[in-house]
Amino acid sequence: MTGEGRSDGALERLKREGRIVVVGASLAGLRAAETMREKGFAGSLTMIGDEPYEPYDRPPLSKQVLLGNAVADHTALPRRRAIDADWRLGVPATGLDMSARRVRLGNGDEVEYDRLLIATGVRARPWPNAEEGALKGVFVLRTRDDGEGLQQALAAGPRRVLVIGAGFTGSEIASACRERGLDVTVAERGAAPLVGALGGVIGEVAAEMHREHGVDLRTGVMVTGLEGDPSGRVRAAHFSDGSTVEADVVVVGLGAQRNTEWLAGSGLGAGPRGIACDAGCRAFDIRGIVTDDIYVAGDVARSPHALFGYQFLSLEHWGNAVAQADTAAHNMLSESADRRPHLWVPAFWSSQFGVNIKSVGVPPMGTEILVTQGSLGERRFAAVYGYQGRVIAAVTFDNCRWLPFYEHQIETTAPFPPPFATVDRRPEGHKPLPADFPDPSVPTHGPTITLSGYSPADRKMTFTPGRP
Amino acid sequence: MTQALLREIIDYANRANPYPLYEELRKAPVSHDGDGPYVVSTYYEIQSLLHDPRISSDARNLKATGDDPLGQSAEDEGTTLPPSFLKLDPPDHDRLRRMTNRPFGPPHTPHRVHDMREELGGLVSGLIDGIATTGNLDRVDLVDQFAYPFPVTVICRLLGVPHEDEPRFHVWAETLAASLDPDPDADPTQHGKGAMDARMELGMYLAGLIEERRKNPGDDMLSQLATADGPDGAMTTMEALSTSALLLIAGHETTVNLITNGMLTLLRHPDVLQRLREDPGLSVPIVEELLRYEPPVQLLPQRTTLSDIEVAGVTIPKGASLWLILASGNRDPKRFENPDRFDPDRKDIQHLGLGSGIHSCFGAPLARQEAQLALSELARRLENPRLLEDPPQYRQNAVLRGPRHLPIACDGILPQAA
Ligand SMILES: Cc1cc2nc3c(=O)[nH]c(=O)nc-3n(C[C@H](O)[C@H](O)[C@H](O)COP(=O)(O)OP(=O)(O)OC[C@H]3O[C@@H](n4cnc5c(N)ncnc54)[C@H](O)[C@@H]3O)c2cc1C
Repeated sequence: MTGEGRSDGALERLKREGRIVVVGASLAGLRAAETMREKGFAGSLTMIGDEPYEPYDRPPLSKQVLLGNAVADHTALPRRRAIDADWRLGVPATGLDMSARRVRLGNGDEVEYDRLLIATGVRARPWPNAEEGALKGVFVLRTRDDGEGLQQALAAGPRRVLVIGAGFTGSEIASACRERGLDVTVAERGAAPLVGALGGVIGEVAAEMHREHGVDLRTGVMVTGLEGDPSGRVRAAHFSDGSTVEADVVVVGLGAQRNTEWLAGSGLGAGPRGIACDAGCRAFDIRGIVTDDIYVAGDVARSPHALFGYQFLSLEHWGNAVAQADTAAHNMLSESADRRPHLWVPAFWSSQFGVNIKSVGVPPMGTEILVTQGSLGERRFAAVYGYQGRVIAAVTFDNCRWLPFYEHQIETTAPFPPPFATVDRRPEGHKPLPADFPDPSVPTHGPTITLSGYSPADRKMTFTPGRP
Repeated sequence: MTQALLREIIDYANRANPYPLYEELRKAPVSHDGDGPYVVSTYYEIQSLLHDPRISSDARNLKATGDDPLGQSAEDEGTTLPPSFLKLDPPDHDRLRRMTNRPFGPPHTPHRVHDMREELGGLVSGLIDGIATTGNLDRVDLVDQFAYPFPVTVICRLLGVPHEDEPRFHVWAETLAASLDPDPDADPTQHGKGAMDARMELGMYLAGLIEERRKNPGDDMLSQLATADGPDGAMTTMEALSTSALLLIAGHETTVNLITNGMLTLLRHPDVLQRLREDPGLSVPIVEELLRYEPPVQLLPQRTTLSDIEVAGVTIPKGASLWLILASGNRDPKRFENPDRFDPDRKDIQHLGLGSGIHSCFGAPLARQEAQLALSELARRLENPRLLEDPPQYRQNAVLRGPRHLPIACDGILPQAA
């Protein structure tokens, strides 16, 4: 409708008989496809996914599935509508020819597109020593198969589980182990669990949670090596402090790597930090010029966010994948004047040790933190993060009903520390504390959010090319 | 001082159709006159205030003299029940609500409501059979013969309150519900005294039951409230009393209206009634739309500001009384397309009918299930039902709004499904 008078009808043609290809057939890919059909896209739609399964949901994998309360192959994502797609499952995309508008597949096929959506997500960072990582009993947790394998290993009743890395996934795994009555050791290089995502003040609360639930939590140490028995099964891990822990299941929870290698040499601005795109989800090429036919969404995307100083955010958040997919799909089928920015306020949830954790905004940008409601000691609270005199993020433990209020505070750049009285304000909530994030120049394992400070006007924007 | 606005909301003349008044109100999201409350009428503003930690539900923060049947002011402490969690802020609210939830819902009791389904179905069938056996289908009062006895029986069973005592606490419940209705003309001492007496009597009645359950616990909620000892410790006797009083009254006075408003709306929309008759599954979206279109709790008159708060350009001062007109927000055209249309096919229906935030309706899962079963069975079994009075006679209450009687006629009553 809007396009008709203004353009040559190319958009109408695209909608009627165009070819859209989605690479990455998971959460973002599926939701985008549904939105495109919803918007009346009638052309051909190809969904390419390297996993053999139709889109499934990952959050249950580290929660219900590990507890044995849900079966990994029952986590298929509910369909919002039929998408009538040509599914190419179990086949990776291996290359992209931007000028010929063609995606190459692992089986030698090529698929042509008029619009391409890249939603290849991330994968678990493997144990750096490949030989040790290949020992039986060593797991990562990203896919349905990982979840199924790990759940079986836990059901077999190992004497001890070692979780390496106490980010959200590692902490959830530890929690599930305890709930199953398994002995578990957690090794974290940082000072506390979740420090990368939520800072040291909240990290301390998380550490207490681990310890109170009987987790053998070791912080400030690195695992230096894994040792197998003669049958090739893991039996022990060696720590940087000289200690050894015997474990027959080891879960490597060291964060994620972006699935961008397949784009190496394509000319697209894709690298280890993801694929940079504009706020409308259009990918940049390596020259920093925005493409008009290639879009990005989900964990693999990095996009500038006006509310956070136009920093490029890459978010490994379920809600982000859904919202960004929606925006990308809308923009793929719109004239430029009708495009929308992806202005989603980052939000994340986790559940561990019986506690529901939620955050909004970008906590790692915060330099200070103030407990506005409840109490850290009771592990039931709301806290806000301050950055240059404004509220930049908030986190709740078992208190999420207030979160929309704090989200609004972030959206309206409300002052920090908050000047008003609230219900349930305790004495500890009277003075801000340093938020205590690890020095960003020291690499940590798998922060949920990585920030880099390029403004859209910054001409020196550079991308590290993908390594094969 | 003039409180014209308040008067108008309370005015019984607007009871049958308060929506034109709400539409007028929505011209400004916040209205205020005289020394009356700040009245908020638009969806997004209400929604955000329900999540605003600068708003208190604790009646003790109210500088207004308004009486408060479910939680008395500080000076009454010791002579009557302490406030129920409906009238408390965190952390007390959270602790009591959590403890009440343990025997009621997930995560500790995920199946309770669902497991009552068959029992509820039996009650519904029994009541409809009862209508059939009276033989007089020319005039059936759906309130007295169905919409009232059903939820009351359910809440009695759930709590473990003997149903034969119902006539006694019915009077107390009515008094307490009526006193929720803010009436600027009523003599505050008289108005408050009646409620306080009713509350006392109800409290004493429940105290006897709780005492007995402590000795002989069953699997009802009273027993569980009386004996529970979870991570939050145990409830004091007074807390158990005010909590059970709250559940009993809420169970009396809200679902009744949801079901009655529901049948009234369906009878006014015969096409939807016909669809429900053919597909009982439609009761799920119908009940959601009803909660938007004719919510049983029209407004929340018990909130106070702890700081100055700016709402849509108006600064509401600290210590002010706030009225949130849920039913008006539910018809806000900025939030819902064609808001005055009853449309069970609506997508994206996030209404305010059950509140939102930490005080959102505790009994929601039960109320939904009750209303779904009731409406789908009535639709299926009543042959050619029609309204005898439209609008029917309403109850006085502007807060808990619903018909006092709903006289209908029908040609016959189909037998229970095999
Ligand atoms: C165990 C676990 C727990 C989580 N819990 C939470 C939580 O509690 N809260 C929360 O907000 N988020 C959580 N997340 C994160 C959330 O699941 C992700 O943000 C979301 O899955 C991102 O969706 P996506 O579609 O962008 O990427 P993905 O889900 O990673 O999908 C990308 C898909 O593309 C495929 N692919 C990759 N390369 C290629 C290629 N070359 N060709 C074809 N296909 C390819 C991948 O195999 C994958 O199937 C969790 C994640 C995990 C793993």
